[in-house]
Amino acid sequence: MNIEIPELSLVVLIGTSGSGKSTFARKHFKPTEVLSSDYCRGIVSDDETDQSATADAFDVLGYIAAKRLAAGRLTVVDATNVQPEARKPFVLLAREHHCLPVAIVLDISPKIALARNQDRADRRFGEHVVHGQHRDLRRSLKSLRREGFSHVFVLDGPEQVEATTVARTPLWNNKTHETGPFDIIGDVHGCCDELCALLEKLGYQVSGLPEAPRVQPPVGRRAVFLGDLVDRGPGIVGVLKLVMSMVESGAALCVPGNHEQKLLRKLNGKDVRLTHGLAQTLAQLEPEPPEFKTKVAQFIDSLVSHYVLDDGKLVVAHAGLPAKLQGRGSGKVREFCLFGETTGETDEFGLPVRYNWAAEYRGRAMVVYGHTPVPEAEWQNRTICIDTGCVFGGSLTALRYPERELVQVKAKQTYYESARPFLTEGARAPVIEERVRDDLLDAKDVLGKRIVSTRLHGNVTVREENANAALEVMSRFAAPPNWLVYLPPTMSPSETVTEGPLLEHPREAFTYYQRQGVAEVICEEKHMGSRAVVVLCRDTETARRRFHSADDRIGVVVTRTGRPFFSDSKLEAAFLQRLAGAVTAAGLWERFATDWICLDAELMPWSVKAQELLREQYAATGTAARASLSAAISVLEQAAHGDRGASVATEALSGILGTLRAREVRVGRYIEAYRRYCWPVHELTGLRLAPFHLLATERRVHTEQTHRWHMETLAELCRCDPELLVATPFRIVNLTDVASQEAGIAWWTELTGAGGEGIVVKPMQWVVKSKRGLLQPAIKCRGHEYLRIIYGAEYDAPEHIERLRARGLSTKRGLALREFALGLEGLHRFVEGEPLYRVHECVFGVLALESEPVDPRL
Amino acid sequence: MLLTITTTHRPATDLGYLLEKHPAKCQSFPLSFGQAHVFYSVTREESCTAALLLDLDPIGLVRGRRGGDGPTLGAYVNDRPYVASSFLSVAIAQVFGSALNGRSRERAELATTPIPLKASLSALRCRGGEGLLRRLFEPLGYEVAATRSSLDERFTEWGPSPYFAVEVSGVRCLSELLSHLYVRIPVLDDDKHYFVGDDEVEKLLAKGEKWLPGHPQRDLIVSRFLKKQRRLMRDALERLMGDDDVDPEEKDEERRREEEAVEQKISLNEQRLGAVVSAVKAATARSVIDLGCGEGNLLRELIRDKELTHIVGVDVSPRSLEWAHRNLHLDDLPDRQRERIKLIQGSLSYRDERFSGFDVACVVEVIEHLDPARLPAFERVVFEFARPRTVVVTTPNCEYNVRFENLPAGRFRHRDHRFEWTREEFQGWASRVAGRFGYAVRIVPIGPEDPAVGSPTQMGVFTR
Repeated sequence: MNIEIPELSLVVLIGTSGSGKSTFARKHFKPTEVLSSDYCRGIVSDDETDQSATADAFDVLGYIAAKRLAAGRLTVVDATNVQPEARKPFVLLAREHHCLPVAIVLDISPKIALARNQDRADRRFGEHVVHGQHRDLRRSLKSLRREGFSHVFVLDGPEQVEATTVARTPLWNNKTHETGPFDIIGDVHGCCDELCALLEKLGYQVSGLPEAPRVQPPVGRRAVFLGDLVDRGPGIVGVLKLVMSMVESGAALCVPGNHEQKLLRKLNGKDVRLTHGLAQTLAQLEPEPPEFKTKVAQFIDSLVSHYVLDDGKLVVAHAGLPAKLQGRGSGKVREFCLFGETTGETDEFGLPVRYNWAAEYRGRAMVVYGHTPVPEAEWQNRTICIDTGCVFGGSLTALRYPERELVQVKAKQTYYESARPFLTEGARAPVIEERVRDDLLDAKDVLGKRIVSTRLHGNVTVREENANAALEVMSRFAAPPNWLVYLPPTMSPSETVTEGPLLEHPREAFTYYQRQGVAEVICEEKHMGSRAVVVLCRDTETARRRFHSADDRIGVVVTRTGRPFFSDSKLEAAFLQRLAGAVTAAGLWERFATDWICLDAELMPWSVKAQELLREQYAATGTAARASLSAAISVLEQAAHGDRGASVATEALSGILGTLRAREVRVGRYIEAYRRYCWPVHELTGLRLAPFHLLATERRVHTEQTHRWHMETLAELCRCDPELLVATPFRIVNLTDVASQEAGIAWWTELTGAGGEGIVVKPMQWVVKSKRGLLQPAIKCRGHEYLRIIYGAEYDAPEHIERLRARGLSTKRGLALREFALGLEGLHRFVEGEPLYRVHECVFGVLALESEPVDPRL
Repeated sequence: MLLTITTTHRPATDLGYLLEKHPAKCQSFPLSFGQAHVFYSVTREESCTAALLLDLDPIGLVRGRRGGDGPTLGAYVNDRPYVASSFLSVAIAQVFGSALNGRSRERAELATTPIPLKASLSALRCRGGEGLLRRLFEPLGYEVAATRSSLDERFTEWGPSPYFAVEVSGVRCLSELLSHLYVRIPVLDDDKHYFVGDDEVEKLLAKGEKWLPGHPQRDLIVSRFLKKQRRLMRDALERLMGDDDVDPEEKDEERRREEEAVEQKISLNEQRLGAVVSAVKAATARSVIDLGCGEGNLLRELIRDKELTHIVGVDVSPRSLEWAHRNLHLDDLPDRQRERIKLIQGSLSYRDERFSGFDVACVVEVIEHLDPARLPAFERVVFEFARPRTVVVTTPNCEYNVRFENLPAGRFRHRDHRFEWTREEFQGWASRVAGRFGYAVRIVPIGPEDPAVGSPTQMGVFTR
């Protein structure tokens, strides 16, 4: 006997003790697929025969089974299951997970079973037990179907059990092997002319209209119809003939819509109300011969609720489908595919309010669906509704997959009036607005331990406590998440210089890259300001469309932790307008065919953002140090030279005096160092922006370009507004050439000698990997004087600097790599049109990693 | 950091005997946090000046630190090496120990005789300004001269620094001057570089038993010296005052009531909580969620309502939740009580299934802390997804701000407020939200109603 079971099912074995269930299970299923009640008894009580542990054992078994079914894994229950009340929980469990319960009965006579038990030490219970079980089993046979088992197999006697084979059949909706490409077409509703026009626009050759249509798809492509072919429109019969022939010839796949479902009921003679355009269908079918109606009924009956295509990357269903129902088979799944789900409430037009499953959608597969007419097809969390209401005077839309390109044909006229105002001039219906503009994030998208997979650096783990810390920063201080598409990574300094008066030096950075096999690096001047990420749109319309902005802004300027740079929104708007002017003048919109741009930059002076820090920490320390040292020096001088008789102590005093004078010099230089970061700013006057990465534009993350390209392209931009924008000075260093290295070092010496902050050394390419993985994307070499405001005014005193050299860089560098990978991952996801939560996950991750404890001086 | 002590007592060079440091020498003393040097700048018969120069090791200071969230940059670049602080007090005790205790081998009598003395500190951070500096020293008969330095003369708009060059002079025993300095320096600086425990009370009593009980700033001195630790403060005051039973908490309570009378602030808070609790009661709720519970003020009231079987406090700040946990004494509650209440971290701009299924949600003085751009998300999180039967929202009425005497015109009541609404603005927002999500809303004023500007707080009760 050959048993065929659905590939995703809950198999319940039924048989007396000693009937050979475990042997059968071992033979036909993977060990991990079989859950045995004996084994579970052992897990909870250390004794597989301990009947008092039965309740706990079944709790454990049920729990594991539920986890497996939720994950879409076939599961076998190995227990006697001879009574209906024992089987009932499994039928319910299968239903809950939208998979099919299968019963396999091993009907073995008690005599044989008892003989087998005789040989086993742990089965020494009375004969009556097995006889009782067998009576129950026999009594059950008739009722198994009624109990809800979709497949029932009864194996009669040991020979049949022995001879049985088990085969697994895929569900009808499983077409994961079909990889497309596809052209997915929204609700047609009898708009035959528009359908033909759309097919032709998509490159399909349509002939033989209207009676015997034949459609030749472009090579390799296939159409997919999302249902609701019928009702309301003028060409219902034509559409049916066209689609049926396409499905028959393999040129198309088709899933049913609720309108087909209702038509089928009518054709099957059920009493159905002739509303929502069914009357048109019946009237148009009237002249057709009865065979055609029968064919239509058969066609509809053959349609499968939904399809899972392209290795699980694409799901098509008429009304959409949440992740947990995809690829499953149950009445509920079919129901959802046809009708969606409603909240039980009705709106002001008396129509049911739909449950907004797409807002919560977090599945891996792209879901393309129709059912609810929308004015414009828009992505929402990897789902898209492409019913653009053709029959109501909208248009007929197709989505090309995997290109994600929308192709549309406008309706020739309004064929049917919608109950809910559709396409009203100006205002959209609020419900529709809500649905398509949904970008509300879920706490589950960010909280807890998270693993984010990145294309650059594999899986990046974000620890739970870091996520908790980031949640507060993100919620209280950060710019709205829809604008946060990128946060910059932290940057490690060079390896520490081992001797002399310096801690950092370009030579160390050059050595690092040279050892990793990099031939050419770029040295960029490190500006004396604050890191700023700028997202700028051409206009408010782009901001709304691309960044789902809810107000009139055209962009944002945020700090490295995602906080708005400007507390004054008018000033921010003026700044962005001015920058947009420069981008326009530089012709970057056209050059990159984009309406928005994302820049990584430094905004100067530092005093704009760090006013409080400068005053309360830097200036305060400076003034206290000066007051204290000058008082001490004058008292020491008085002591050393004054009228104090015998000067036994002169030598000791002049020693201390010398030290204090040296300290006074260092403090003076420290004060000079922080003062360089302060200059007056009045509104935009005095503000300077130095962009150094042109991170992304529409459809592109510009990491495939070299840093030289970024410098040069941005220099063009800077030339368009030299008052506001500063091109970053840079030098290119050939690491294989000593003279070139020396020139780079000389430049650093010159910059930092004049009090400059230092340089950043980057490999010429954005992303460089060595055998051991990703290289540091950038290494900073900070100036000797600048480091006073990091390590303290007197850090370079010989007695101090030796101790400061002992600094570990590995944590910092690990973070730099993970944040770099996360930052770019977010940006890539954004330009690829991924849903907000997928972008936010990365940005949130960068912020979370920033709460890792690491030496803040690095 | 430099401290000098000058006397004009004759012969002034006896100062050397009092300090037990030879005027002709320059001596150095190793300390756990650096070095102290003692030398004399003037050694004449009519005047003698001794100097204590403290040389802190800034790098050693940070290296020793462990635990906590790890140091921030402030730990590396700061004023500690340059100002008078608890480091100086420790140095005084170690270097001038016998003088501090009023002992002198050679001049025992002089050590207990008041003589003209002057102490100078090169830089002292005065939390509380020159006024407090004077209030601390002048009651004991000192003359005080203080010069404040500017933060940076290049940027005069930054204003004055918190540092003063200080001179105090008076006729006192040297040990008195030293112990006055010993206690007052860390009090003015308002910090301690070491862990403050029980032995700190002993130090305070030893140095202050003579002058502290009658000092007008006694409570402030005790509080700051003991780093505001209530238990230590109570202990110190009890022992200082003997039978005059003083409970700092009681004292605090009294002051709070005074403040209340002036600002009516506390009573407003109480009225607000009262109004919210009655709105919860009116909704005949069994379960309630406090969105933005902070440190648990409302939760404390809600727990008292026995009708409530399920109380959840949500805040975005893990630190606030820790405080709420402590303030509500959750660890001490009996199991049955403990099961009623739960604290969770969550954000009002992220949809959260844990917010669903409550009869009432309270959002008390929270929305004004949200950026206006995040309000739409908040509205949907609460009214569309959490969807309790009743939502209670309170927020300030900014029209009333003109009635707060201490609040400069145009300023918000709290630094973190992102907006404050007029009655009309709140009404407008509430009606729009109610309409959009299918709620009815009723606006209730909280606090004294002023005919012109309304009540200080406004409450919206949304029901569906």
